[in-house]
Amino acid sequence: MSTNIRVAYINARLLDPASNLDSIGSLLTEGEYIVDIGSNLFQDGVPADIQVIDCNGNCLAPGLIDMRVQLREPGEEHKETLYSAGKAAVAGGITSMICLPNTNPIIDNIAILEFISNRARKNGLAKIYSYASITKQLAGKELAEIGMLAEAGALGFTDGTKVIRNTRVMRRALSYIATFDMMILQHPEDPNLSENGVMNEGKMSNRLGLTGIPTIAEAIILERDIRLLSITGGKYHASHLSTSLGVEVVRKAKLDGLQITCDTAPPYFILNELAVGDYCTFSKLSPPLRSEFDRQSIIIAIKDGVIDAIASDHAPQDQDSKRLPFSQAEYGGIGLETLLATTLELYHNNHITLLKAIELLSLNPARLLKLSAGMLKIGIPADLTIFDPNHSWLVNSEQFHSKSKNSPFNGHYLRGKVLRTVIDGRTVFATDV
Amino acid sequence: MNKLRFYHNHILGIEGLEPQEITSLLNLSDNFVENNRSEHRKLNNLRGKTIVNLFFETSTRTRTSFELAGKNLGADVVNMQVSTSSISKGETLIDTAITLNAMNIDILIVRHPESGAVKLLSEKVNCSVINAGDGTHEHPTQALLDALTIRRRKGHLNGLTVAICGDILHSRVAHSNINLLNIMDANVRLIAPLTLLPTQTHMHGIEIFHDMFTGLVGVDIIMILRVQNERMYGNFIPSIREYFHFFGLDYEKLKLAKSDALIMHPGPINRGFELDSDLADDVEHSVIREQVEMGVAVRMACLSVLIKNFDHNKS
Repeated sequence: MSTNIRVAYINARLLDPASNLDSIGSLLTEGEYIVDIGSNLFQDGVPADIQVIDCNGNCLAPGLIDMRVQLREPGEEHKETLYSAGKAAVAGGITSMICLPNTNPIIDNIAILEFISNRARKNGLAKIYSYASITKQLAGKELAEIGMLAEAGALGFTDGTKVIRNTRVMRRALSYIATFDMMILQHPEDPNLSENGVMNEGKMSNRLGLTGIPTIAEAIILERDIRLLSITGGKYHASHLSTSLGVEVVRKAKLDGLQITCDTAPPYFILNELAVGDYCTFSKLSPPLRSEFDRQSIIIAIKDGVIDAIASDHAPQDQDSKRLPFSQAEYGGIGLETLLATTLELYHNNHITLLKAIELLSLNPARLLKLSAGMLKIGIPADLTIFDPNHSWLVNSEQFHSKSKNSPFNGHYLRGKVLRTVIDGRTVFATDV
Repeated sequence: MNKLRFYHNHILGIEGLEPQEITSLLNLSDNFVENNRSEHRKLNNLRGKTIVNLFFETSTRTRTSFELAGKNLGADVVNMQVSTSSISKGETLIDTAITLNAMNIDILIVRHPESGAVKLLSEKVNCSVINAGDGTHEHPTQALLDALTIRRRKGHLNGLTVAICGDILHSRVAHSNINLLNIMDANVRLIAPLTLLPTQTHMHGIEIFHDMFTGLVGVDIIMILRVQNERMYGNFIPSIREYFHFFGLDYEKLKLAKSDALIMHPGPINRGFELDSDLADDVEHSVIREQVEMGVAVRMACLSVLIKNFDHNKS
């Protein structure tokens, strides 16, 4: 057993939002765990029996936790497998990811949940956790076995890319899930308003002759759910906010003291509807890319703390699903390998600090999902990301580990490069710049 | 024997009763329990009186229990088969009342699927009415027979901790029991998933749990409610096995309660759904059969006080 191997990470810029730590120092792991950390650690040199990794002044942060990832295994292995997603994740500095239940078969029973965690464990790459579905077969009608799924390790409940359409079902779901003190994650988009819609509703959709999805589609579901939440109690998380209206609804609900949290994804603060350009299907996302005003609002909400987390919203689609007329193409973009660099754009543009970036990408998701992670803290598993925040690179998704290449950031220059990813004290990814 | 204190013409619910009224009924019921166990159980207190069982919902045990209670007291008991009667032909509840008035009935026992229907009927008939269950509102004789069962086993009601588990939202049995236990100063705990609990309760001093493993700790009495078939699949509960896993009573969960805790159930039991089958038959804990016996005595008490009051108020 190699559990007693000790590794010293020296000359690191330690970033730990939980303790507000941002300083040069060292970190020591033993086996799977962090056992020491500090600015003065190893000032007199590292003992000979400890393996040394010199970080050369680069950032060392708790491993990123991507709280919204679509995995295509089981069911659509031609788009992504647990292995390819695991490789892509660790290349992106992600040490834990939580997948949506929209696999085939759907994660609405314990057997599938356990299949995925067993398969992921064998790969030994990023830790894979699952949400389970709220309703059986994602049909929006009958509740899944939420209590037993929670016991079996589901981190939360969501119908994935589908919204719970029926208000009564949503009410019962909120109540039932609160019974087990679990979180419900909603894709907030009114299904009637968004039906057949393929992009943001506005001048752009008008010019292109494409059916639009109005921004109010997001706010309407959020408003409805918040009113339900006020009588049911429980924890509600709004996924991938994309609109100014949606942000304002969440902001008010938070002020009212409801247990509501939310995340957004990089496309919604990096891109706007102009990226659709001449029917570029890699920019066909769900929710759709919004106006510049909405993009700015998302950035403000990130800065002022209304948005709790940033998730990749990784949605692999193969060529055949994207090389189609815009309306027929599948929704979604891959995001594991660009999550860090896209978020660091906010840092480079002076919107947020590096610590805040790590808080959004690691600490807050860990807290929301009750994971023992997201911190540089003695005694917890050594899930670490070492990165150079300034290294500039061109996104070329052909070089990505992900099986699908549909990155909406393809051809963009981004800053911030993952150098090494450590999971449970083990280096699972390392590269030179 | 204590002086009888019960002056109502009808028994429509537990809500609004005074502690001494409940105590009086239970004291009287105690006498009938002894009577019913003797060979000469047939009494003639209600000789010449007519009781009608008017059930708008199917029932076997409650109807039979009332029928026996009436017959033990010497009354003539008639069961009105509602499903085959004029109600299914479109007769309104008020028309039914007018019809019944013409028949010179003394006591009417009514079960109805709509909350408040029994009260409406009681305002229109010229006899005493006992509510044998109205919608999701009240089922007072069930609460009284439960109280009698507990009091005979434990000697008192006040200070006991009673856990009521299951579909509280839709249960008239739960509503009547909560009312009665509150009036009698027992501590009430409700244990259920949030989908089966009301969002607000109008009563004070009730503790709510969503987890049997905390809710059952140290309780004296566990009342298990029947979960109706129509709630099993769908929005309220995902499945039978999940419900039993978290909210079904079995030996393991029972360990958390006091060692002499009693298990009660209004019947009929869904074995292996809300209650472990062996546990239902375990006479160390289960008083389910005793509840049925107490039912007849309690209903005899109710019938006899109502006849007395009605005759008295008429004259």
